[in-house]
Amino acid sequence: MIYLNAFLFAGLICLIGQIILDNTKLTAGHVTTLFVVIGAFLDTFSLYDKFVLWAGGGALVPITSFGHLLIHGALDKASEYGFIGLAMGMFDLTSTGIISAIVISFILSIFFNPKS
Amino acid sequence: MEKNKYQDLVKKHTPKENRLYNGIIAFITGGIMGVIGQFLIEVYVSYLNISTKEAGTFMIITLIFIGCLLTCFGFFDKWVNFAKAGLFVPITGFAHAMQSAALDYKKEGLVTGIGACMLKLTGSVIIFGVVSAYIFGMIRLLIFGGNI
Repeated sequence: MIYLNAFLFAGLICLIGQIILDNTKLTAGHVTTLFVVIGAFLDTFSLYDKFVLWAGGGALVPITSFGHLLIHGALDKASEYGFIGLAMGMFDLTSTGIISAIVISFILSIFFNPKS
Repeated sequence: MEKNKYQDLVKKHTPKENRLYNGIIAFITGGIMGVIGQFLIEVYVSYLNISTKEAGTFMIITLIFIGCLLTCFGFFDKWVNFAKAGLFVPITGFAHAMQSAALDYKKEGLVTGIGACMLKLTGSVIIFGVVSAYIFGMIRLLIFGGNI
């Protein structure tokens, strides 16, 4: 059942992205940036957590989960340390994604050449 | 009059994108990515004996690695052209953008090429994410106080 939820949720987010892409002049970069902001907005009131419970990996795979994880870590630390906690915990949960992406793509780009 | 005619001609001959077809392809590919994510989480939970939260992190790293590797082999560009939003909205798009920027600027050297330009496309995602999360967190703290 959770596989169906994952399929529907991830598919729906991609469909919204495709509709925005087709009907406006925004590029792929704009769409992904917009989705990160939407994800952060949805998790401000713990709405995205419910999506994650409902759709599992389907809610974690789209880029919206990046915004969700950013603000989730920030609010976790903020409940302990107040305003300075926002800056302390911002990268707590996302650092694995960002750092592995940077390290992997740096190492791979040394070994590979661009295909034209 | 001439200008209008010209614009009409241009409009007539610009290839029309089939929006319904694009949408269906994006829905199916995105959904498959979600199912793969959920499948990887369950595999990691049952074989590595870790919590679901940790398994989610492992799953994201796996997808990033696959995205980077396929970009290096040159498959991913074709797939993105075909599936569009179905592949660049999932986290693989993040990896693809970073990897292709790194490969494109490789010829300019390690520091001024890869180092300076690797985040050219993905930088906006990180920066807008951080700034918006900071502002939303500030609003939440001001309205609801510290206890969440």
